[in-house]
Amino acid sequence: MLAQPAVETTRLHKSYGSVEALRGVDLRVETGSVFGLLGPNGAGKTTAVRILTTLLLPDDGSAQVAGFDVVHDASKVRAQIGLAGQYAAVDENLTGFENLEMVGRLYHLGRGPSRARARELLSSFDLADAGGRLVRTYSGGMRRRLDLAAALVARPPVLFLDEPTTGLDIRSRIGLWDAIEALVSEGTTVLLTTQYLDEADRLADRIAVIDQGLVIAEGTPDELKDQVGGERLDIHLCDSQRGEEAVAALASIASDRPFLEDGSVRVPVAQRRGTIAEAVRALDDAGIAIDDISVSVPTLDDVFLNLTGRPAEPETEELKVEAR
Amino acid sequence: MTALRYGISDTLVLAKRSLLRIPRQPDLLVGFTIQPVLFVLLFVYVFGGAIKTPGFDYVDFLMPGIIVQSIVFGGFVTALGLSDDLKKGLIDRFRSLPMTRSALLTGRTLGDVVTNIFQLVVMFTVGLLIGFNFSSSVGEVVAGILLLLLIGYAFSWVFAFIGLSSSSPEASNAYGFTILFPVTFVSSAFVPVDTMPSWLQPIAEHNPFTTMVDAARALFLGIPAGNSVWLASVWTIAIIAVFAPLSAWRYRRVVTR
Repeated sequence: MLAQPAVETTRLHKSYGSVEALRGVDLRVETGSVFGLLGPNGAGKTTAVRILTTLLLPDDGSAQVAGFDVVHDASKVRAQIGLAGQYAAVDENLTGFENLEMVGRLYHLGRGPSRARARELLSSFDLADAGGRLVRTYSGGMRRRLDLAAALVARPPVLFLDEPTTGLDIRSRIGLWDAIEALVSEGTTVLLTTQYLDEADRLADRIAVIDQGLVIAEGTPDELKDQVGGERLDIHLCDSQRGEEAVAALASIASDRPFLEDGSVRVPVAQRRGTIAEAVRALDDAGIAIDDISVSVPTLDDVFLNLTGRPAEPETEELKVEAR
Repeated sequence: MTALRYGISDTLVLAKRSLLRIPRQPDLLVGFTIQPVLFVLLFVYVFGGAIKTPGFDYVDFLMPGIIVQSIVFGGFVTALGLSDDLKKGLIDRFRSLPMTRSALLTGRTLGDVVTNIFQLVVMFTVGLLIGFNFSSSVGEVVAGILLLLLIGYAFSWVFAFIGLSSSSPEASNAYGFTILFPVTFVSSAFVPVDTMPSWLQPIAEHNPFTTMVDAARALFLGIPAGNSVWLASVWTIAIIAVFAPLSAWRYRRVVTR
């Protein structure tokens, strides 16, 4: 059986007044995969998710989720999806259990099954002890977990996560990533938006990079990295004066011309296997001493810079610092 | 039929949610109990001696008026709740669920009916303790209570509209009180209209709030109702007929931004 895509959009357009949030977005998310929609603030990610979850009508173009049109079959779409977002939409004045029970009732699961499912989700999201407490006493990470649990109440086949870890500390982020990976292993299709490149890299099978309302690149994380170039050796010399000599000595093993940057020699290589030894040998033969040598694998930061000519959001940088 | 059944069950689930909030927010609980009781006591014992209400004890004159006022303001929980839901993104969650969309509004306003009943119990208890007497038939008292609940329900829709139209819960609170407070005071609720300056009297007399208070007074005190009861009913139904669709329209607009 040829599976239909879980999500498919065709030339999706949406404007807010004179601001064009989406300018013709085509996406295709295969059933059972994780699709990352990556882009800076204001790129149109949230607008796309809001259209796909029936919260917003597109101005033009069409979108199907789980085979249903988001405009004409909106209520059928809603029965197939779960949504968790950056705002952690849970009711602060209810307990964790009451929140999940309410969502179950609104999915029309019935009282008994709603309660059973609430208990089950609380324990699988490590909230069993907190389930009877009002959500306003929860930490940020606990709220996000409850929010994600609420999105899963009806075991929806398609899950939308709008910046699921924005604003969370690194420990909570990793916890949430683990939870998302566990879901995916059970066959849920996930479309997630993020402005964190490492998050898309870690979770997504395919990534669409979106900027100013357009998809500017799409592929697997590795394909996107290949667009920027392969791996690279970074060699720090004991005597930085000898950089040009080193560039000449290393030219034969490089896939592209080596260059000097920040006092290091950068050597693009086709594959890292064996090339470290070759590089060491080449420099040794030339009598150039090595202080340090490392392999640099391109990150999605490089992808973004390469595609848009400008770095991704500053928040990303802060977060990376925090992560170290 | 399934749609209707789901509509009712969704409304009940959300009404319960709306009600659970009240005991958990002490400031709301104060707003429903201590504040109106304090109002009653202040009016009866501080102003009461200075206000002449020919033919009535002031406590008998006041109670119907102050009860209508507190029931009108009972709907502010709906305004607070809706603007809170908007601000915190909860409306998005609800709208992404396969529930009946209007249940968010009907659930809130139904929840208000329950809080209104609670308010009536508190107010009548206090009233009876400080000397208020029903001087009408049981049927009239029951009709009066039903009218009060209908009035409360109508103003819940006014507050729903206010809540959906304001940028924050604080703003909705401010709008609600700024608009409705003068309306409730320039009426027959607290003083006889004929003691007001002559330019103000026509305004007070034509104030629908005066009609509602006069109707409650007629039904609880057994005085001739004139047109007040049916006029109050018409006003109340008209408010629902205007503000329920207006709120629904506003809800659709606000959430499809």
